[in-house]
Amino acid sequence: MTINFNELNNLQLDVLREIGNIGAGNAVSALAKMINRRIDMSVPKVKILEFNEIPEMLNAPEEPVVGILLGMTGDITGHILFMLDRKSARLLVNMLFGFKESTSEEFDELEMSAIKELGNIMTGSYVAALSMLTNFKILCSVPNVAIDMASAILSVPAIEFGMLGETVLYIAAEFNEGDNKVIGDFFLIPDIDSYETLLKTLGVII
Amino acid sequence: MHENIKVGMADYKATGHPSILVTLGLGSCVGIALYEPSTKIIGLAHIMLPTSKISKAVVNEAKFADTAIVRLVEDMVKLGANRRTIKAKLAGGAQMFNFTDFNDNIRIGLRNIEASRDVLAQLDIPIVSEDVGGNHGRTIELYSDDGRLLIKTVGFGINYI
Repeated sequence: MTINFNELNNLQLDVLREIGNIGAGNAVSALAKMINRRIDMSVPKVKILEFNEIPEMLNAPEEPVVGILLGMTGDITGHILFMLDRKSARLLVNMLFGFKESTSEEFDELEMSAIKELGNIMTGSYVAALSMLTNFKILCSVPNVAIDMASAILSVPAIEFGMLGETVLYIAAEFNEGDNKVIGDFFLIPDIDSYETLLKTLGVII
Repeated sequence: MHENIKVGMADYKATGHPSILVTLGLGSCVGIALYEPSTKIIGLAHIMLPTSKISKAVVNEAKFADTAIVRLVEDMVKLGANRRTIKAKLAGGAQMFNFTDFNDNIRIGLRNIEASRDVLAQLDIPIVSEDVGGNHGRTIELYSDDGRLLIKTVGFGINYI
């Protein structure tokens, strides 16, 4: 099976956007609960990109970013990646610890495990929303964090999408706590077999 | 002046002297840098997957090691490179996330490296040096002067191979 995301019609894109919306919304409210603050979220954007556009679309493809990857098992298998820039990761870590005013873009061991937990909760609630929409049972693995060049982190979902077609589909989420802006991207990366199952269940392909 | 030419993900380019071929942030993808000393013609491929055989409809030959390397060599020969004296350098093929309990797909970096080596061996193109594997991203720049390959990383600085 090959899927060409460029050929999806508006209705199908709306379905994907809605998954992103609900998933990211769920993730953000989990985060708000965790740090006990109000967080506003803009409507997530669903983006479709050709592979060769990937390095260009990143503002700084060589800049280190934080990637949090979890495996999915159950009715849908695959991965979910949550990627955010180091500034956003720092903001979230500071909020989590409450008292921190650090601006450092390096993270110590404790902060790294906080980032893992953050990814765990956010992707977990994202997957919970997906699970609710589809009635699928989906389990997540423990999170794995990598801090490296944006383009290198992105190669992980890109390669998975590469087995299906010529484009990558992802959901860009942006949220604010007061004046602090956090920008994160969710990549839902089902395995080839799960893709069809997922899109069929959601009525995106018939 | 050297011309700085970018090679995207799932992309390959061949060019003459003087020029620099650049690909940014290789993760599990592999960069295959080819150099022909007598004409200083260079070529760079940024592949994502080991073989086109896993895909039913090959739309983009630049995506796979087997098809991209063959096409890149053809392009270099078209530009006047001597097919028999082309040399290769490899970089990339990292495992960005350290999963132990996962399927083979996540170890795709390793398979990309092996496939690239196999294809080069079949084409009788020697690999003179490589910087592959590990768990970090790499930016690479191939220089037409002498075929040197610059490798830039986040944690390990800059190296030439």
